[in-house]
Amino acid sequence: MYQYDKYDQAMVDARVAEFRDQTQRRLAGQLTEAQFRPLRLMNGLYLQLHAYMLRVAVPYGTLSSKQMKMLAHIARKYDRDYGHFTTRQNIQYNWIKLSDAPDILADLARVEMHAIQTSGNCIRNISSDQYAGVAADEIADPRPLAELLRQWSSFHPEFTYLPRKFKIAVISSKQDRAAMRLHDIGIELVEKDGVVGAKIFVGGGMGRTPMIAPEIRDFVPFSEVVSYLEACLRVYNRHGRRDNKYKARIKILVHEMGKEEYTRQVEEEFAHMKTLGLDPPVAELERIAAHFAPPPYEIGLSDEIDLSDRDFAVWVDSQVAPHKQPGYAIVNISLKPIGGIPGDASSAQIDLIAELAAQYSFDELRVTHAQNIVLAHVKKADLYALWKALEAADLGTANLDLISDIIACPGLDYCSLANARSIPVAQKIAQRFSDIGRQKELGELKLKISGCINACGHHHAGNIGILGVDRKGVENYQLLLGGSGAEDVSLGQITGPGFDENGIVDAVEKATEVYLANRTEGERFVDTYRRIGMAPFKEALYA
Amino acid sequence: MNILTGNDLATGDVTWWTGEGWSIHVNDAVDVGDKGEEIAQAELAARRVNEAYVIEATAGADGIRPAHIKDRIRALGPTVRLDLSLKPADPSAGNWVI
Repeated sequence: MYQYDKYDQAMVDARVAEFRDQTQRRLAGQLTEAQFRPLRLMNGLYLQLHAYMLRVAVPYGTLSSKQMKMLAHIARKYDRDYGHFTTRQNIQYNWIKLSDAPDILADLARVEMHAIQTSGNCIRNISSDQYAGVAADEIADPRPLAELLRQWSSFHPEFTYLPRKFKIAVISSKQDRAAMRLHDIGIELVEKDGVVGAKIFVGGGMGRTPMIAPEIRDFVPFSEVVSYLEACLRVYNRHGRRDNKYKARIKILVHEMGKEEYTRQVEEEFAHMKTLGLDPPVAELERIAAHFAPPPYEIGLSDEIDLSDRDFAVWVDSQVAPHKQPGYAIVNISLKPIGGIPGDASSAQIDLIAELAAQYSFDELRVTHAQNIVLAHVKKADLYALWKALEAADLGTANLDLISDIIACPGLDYCSLANARSIPVAQKIAQRFSDIGRQKELGELKLKISGCINACGHHHAGNIGILGVDRKGVENYQLLLGGSGAEDVSLGQITGPGFDENGIVDAVEKATEVYLANRTEGERFVDTYRRIGMAPFKEALYA
Repeated sequence: MNILTGNDLATGDVTWWTGEGWSIHVNDAVDVGDKGEEIAQAELAARRVNEAYVIEATAGADGIRPAHIKDRIRALGPTVRLDLSLKPADPSAGNWVI
């Protein structure tokens, strides 16, 4: 994985020193909150319901064991012994003291991490596929491009004050595990005439106006991607609305300007950008790519797995994915125990995962946008020992992509923007469907819950989505059906009037019953919904 | 009644105006009448609190209850981690929020 050069480290260290000074000045009364607030937000420090919240960037979701250990240390020393992995592959701490924040950033800097650009109207953490580099169907490893874009977008002087926040995802497989087309810019690596380049999608997003990003370019050579993105951002920066934050995202611009006109302007700007020589030289691209060379896999390993332990077999069936290297597997660690809080992990669990990554997965792990953890290179012969260790730490839940593998934002239990709680709803649904046999009978069913219209819980992209709203001071939950954040991307549709906290759990169950009664051989929930439409579901829900 | 709340500047803790200072317990809050904004501005200037604002609440047999669920959650702590709330020993504490 990528390691900082002297420039990366110097930038991060300088920012820590700067923020330490700013914090001291705030605490001494030399800065007002109005002056300090944008400074702390530039360093990922929010003020939430109960305390300050620090959002730490995990570039394209990739961490070393050493970095993961540091995340555990921060949870233990400065927070309340846990962290929350987010839908943008980051981690958040909910109980941070302002006076501790500079020390936390200094600790992060020691392991090449920071919280820069995890807030504000700038380019946020680049997200990617958690199977990067190991998926059998990938065109090329997307991480070198994601890293290049991290460097390009970090402290980019022209894009520090965009009309609104800006999110970019990079994938390289036909199977989209990163909700790529629901980003401001989605990039899919493709191959054309033997050359790797990028297909560009612009103007996707969730929030109050969900949109699927349209394709604006079918191929940009890898060596020109930076110039092309620069052009995309420049047109947005020039025309994006700054008078109304609800209409300031690039999706609104592309929609209102029209894809064709937006693309025309981008192409014009791109032609200009190419004359400026901004794209990195080949040597730099090669330097970055070298950091992502495959680990030293053993060759000649067996692909056999002893599945005689029934519980282990269930876990393998659910959590283990094929790896491109014979004898190895990709392991998904669920952070969704039944009745638990989606995405939360204790410092002990974080430490353990770090140790298991060191022992079994070449010292590396990934955070997924579905709030789980991936060990990307595990020998099949080690799977049983790994599972036993996970089981002992309540990390052995077998529910990947099943109904209890719920994405949920922190909701009103923690978030100052939320209108309703998300986590209790997730817990009740998981408990209602706790039987693994019942979950497997339902098959792939992605359920996503947001506590407000900002959609951090990706409710628009849920096969079943739930949106919490405030109805005269009472929590109410709208149900959506038919969304997908995968390669068959679609936006969920609201079924009708909302439900209370218990009613929404019943409603989810009724929706699954309609699916079971109507599905044909091999159909997933979303397939059945698309075939039969909303009417049978509404009939069952509102009878 | 109107009560004044904010977050402690240094720690971020949820705090309530007691008439003389700030408490983490909502039951220590006093009715600020129409003086809330004035007090808030003074306390913000003195750097004792952050993002202070006035809310409506009721005083009953069970103590002071903020009118809106968001502030009741602020007063208690996360309902999904009662061990981290101000009533860690009361498994039914979350019911007060709803």
